[in-house]
Amino acid sequence: MTSTERDLDIKDHNELFDAPHYQEQFENKKQFETPCSPEEVASVRDWTRGQEYREKNFARQGLVVNPEKACQPLGAVLASAGFERTLPLVHGSQGCVAYFRTHFSRHFREPVPAVSSSMTEDAAVFGGLNNMVDALENSTALYKPSMVAVSTTCMAEVIGDDLQNYIAKAREKEVIPDSLKVPYAHTPSFVGSHITGYDSMLRSILEYLTIGEPNEDAEVTERRSHQPNGRLNVVPGFDTYVGNLRELKRLLSLMGVRYTLLGDHSETLDSPATGAYDMYPGGTPLAEAEDAANAVATILLQESATRQTAKMMRAKWEHEVVTLPMPIGVANTDRFVTEVARLTGVAVPEAVTAERGRLVDAMTDSYAYLHGKRVALAGDPDLVVSLLGFLTEVGAEPVHVVCTNGDDAFEQRAKAVLASTPFGSKATVWRGKDLWHMRSLVFTEPVDLLVGSSHLKYLSKEAGVPLVRVGFPIFDRHHLHRFPIVGYQGGINLLSSVVNTVLDELDRTAPDHSFDLIR
Amino acid sequence: MRQIAFYGKGGIGKSTTQQNTMAALADIGKRVMIVGCDPKADSTRLILHSKAQTSVLAMAAEQGGVEELDIDDVLLQGQWDIRCVESGGPEPGVGCAGRGVITSINFLEENGAYEDLDYVTYDVLGDVVCGGFAMPIRQGKAQEIYIVTSGEMMAMYAANNIARGVLKYAHSGGVRLGGLICNSRNTDNEAELIEELARRLNTQMIHFIPRNNIVQHAELRRMTVLEYDPTCSQAEEYRQLARKIDENDRKTIPTPITMDELETLLIDFGIMEQEDETIIGRAREEVA
Repeated sequence: MTSTERDLDIKDHNELFDAPHYQEQFENKKQFETPCSPEEVASVRDWTRGQEYREKNFARQGLVVNPEKACQPLGAVLASAGFERTLPLVHGSQGCVAYFRTHFSRHFREPVPAVSSSMTEDAAVFGGLNNMVDALENSTALYKPSMVAVSTTCMAEVIGDDLQNYIAKAREKEVIPDSLKVPYAHTPSFVGSHITGYDSMLRSILEYLTIGEPNEDAEVTERRSHQPNGRLNVVPGFDTYVGNLRELKRLLSLMGVRYTLLGDHSETLDSPATGAYDMYPGGTPLAEAEDAANAVATILLQESATRQTAKMMRAKWEHEVVTLPMPIGVANTDRFVTEVARLTGVAVPEAVTAERGRLVDAMTDSYAYLHGKRVALAGDPDLVVSLLGFLTEVGAEPVHVVCTNGDDAFEQRAKAVLASTPFGSKATVWRGKDLWHMRSLVFTEPVDLLVGSSHLKYLSKEAGVPLVRVGFPIFDRHHLHRFPIVGYQGGINLLSSVVNTVLDELDRTAPDHSFDLIR
Repeated sequence: MRQIAFYGKGGIGKSTTQQNTMAALADIGKRVMIVGCDPKADSTRLILHSKAQTSVLAMAAEQGGVEELDIDDVLLQGQWDIRCVESGGPEPGVGCAGRGVITSINFLEENGAYEDLDYVTYDVLGDVVCGGFAMPIRQGKAQEIYIVTSGEMMAMYAANNIARGVLKYAHSGGVRLGGLICNSRNTDNEAELIEELARRLNTQMIHFIPRNNIVQHAELRRMTVLEYDPTCSQAEEYRQLARKIDENDRKTIPTPITMDELETLLIDFGIMEQEDETIIGRAREEVA
């Protein structure tokens, strides 16, 4: 600390506003604000926690408060980040792209390269063709990508810009190298959510790389060799845990399987600090992705977030395509391991069986503290379905299951998991609901634990219920996304987060006579 | 499956021509779907005998989103088992009808409406005013465009504008102009004029539909002429048009003309008089 800093006594914002002159200001402002009395505020607040307000809240139609979802192009940017030397280009207004980049940077704590075609008012009137041409020309000249993955914001979608046409025009004008790959997906933010955009972009990239884009005469340039390459494709989906991707790769290697992870952003969004900046670290190698149609089989680890991708694969790739739940918990991981073994013909090695045994062992160690714990859960549909499996395995009882971007197929899957175990009998699945609905649920039917993203921290604080941070985004805790929650080893990480949160709470609230050393 | 789109100036008779022609195609055993892309939602009334079919967007607005829709609620079967769907759109003066067209067509594609068909036709409002109304001619959709016009100046002006829209998509998307359909208004030299316009646009006048009051009689009954009076001469005209479309092998990239060329053409045919530049901007007193 320099002498000047000491003299100035610089406070951070946690203490700053306690200073007398701020407190005086706050007090003085009230004469202009004419606020309600503290008693009235308290009484309204209490009313919003009751059953009467819950009914009004659930009758709400014209308003969404804190939806647990983001928009399509955000997902498209993540899908693009999963491929080698791929630059995401979002056709539309610039602010949107700034938002995607900061959103991911706050979660991954990494720089996130993405460019915008910067549409402005004239582009809204005349169409964004010039913006697209300039964007492709500038970004390829500056950043030398091998592939530019184009998605759209609301602005381009409302005026109906046609990406196929615009990209073809850019090629006609010869502003980009012939060899540059330019898959594209229309990703209107007002339809679906980030997982829809992830799915559209991934489908487009994989179709482009393996089948080719239709040319002028609507014929397809076949890029398949029809020679089986002996590899297994694994599609993790919209998975914001770089640790998960690494764990999948480790598990597959341990099983001796030759695999291609399609959409691998584990290096792109978690690159080492070496002193040199690499704009395109890692990603699924394009050569491998181009060969993906010739694999022995494909396993997709998310249903809702890869539905169109799976549909394309089933129609155009001539091999078995299997959609499984995310391998979270014992049963879900068993299914993954069993399917990998079945599709590739490998035997499950001892080492994997041992990992499974350790997870089962760990679960029995913690079972006494988790049995019967009431849980409220919110997140993306595929994550929620698999977490329900894990939570009921450790004896917890899901009560409120909120999924803003879940559809009917999600609801059926979630209910099937819940119906398969007595621990699921207390749960209600709320799809299309937001975190303000969740607040009513938690206050009227209390729970022991919240499970979900950082967005649940406000409810956690207000309701005094501890939060286990799982999902996306996690902005307020460091490095959680680097630890896997999939696979048997990931299961131990997740289990320790859950049980230790319960134990922290137990210690925090324990009376002196029960404040035990041994838990 | 062939996908074709009908464009033309508002009120020119696109919907009527289209429904009668599709009825004629269905009558010879073709499996047909009509997709109305006009907020007025009047592209299928003659096939369904209804006022206006409940549109995709109206139903989506009512049910809280297009994701909630069931395809069977908006896809109806009319005469000759023609499948009918109306995209619909907002009230005049609000919202974005162009986006509505995109939403509807995406919905139809995602829900398998395009299976087992020989013909899909899009009936698109007025002009290609924005990107949304160009949706039917994007990649993988309508590959053939027919422009309904007449010998009136504004109808021809619109036809030329539409040809410009088609040209925009022709090189990158593969869409082609199939021809002009002259829906006669009994103007002077009408057939010759449209033949000439077609020639300049590098296309053909695929058929000349004479004016006949029976069309109005049938419309009042919400029927196609083919159903109302299959033996009349007008029904035969639509059958001929249908046959010509079915057998059409002249699909071209249009060569739209300039406003000046169009005016010269109209002057040549005596539709418009030569402009007297000396009177422009002069009030009555000055001229007198």
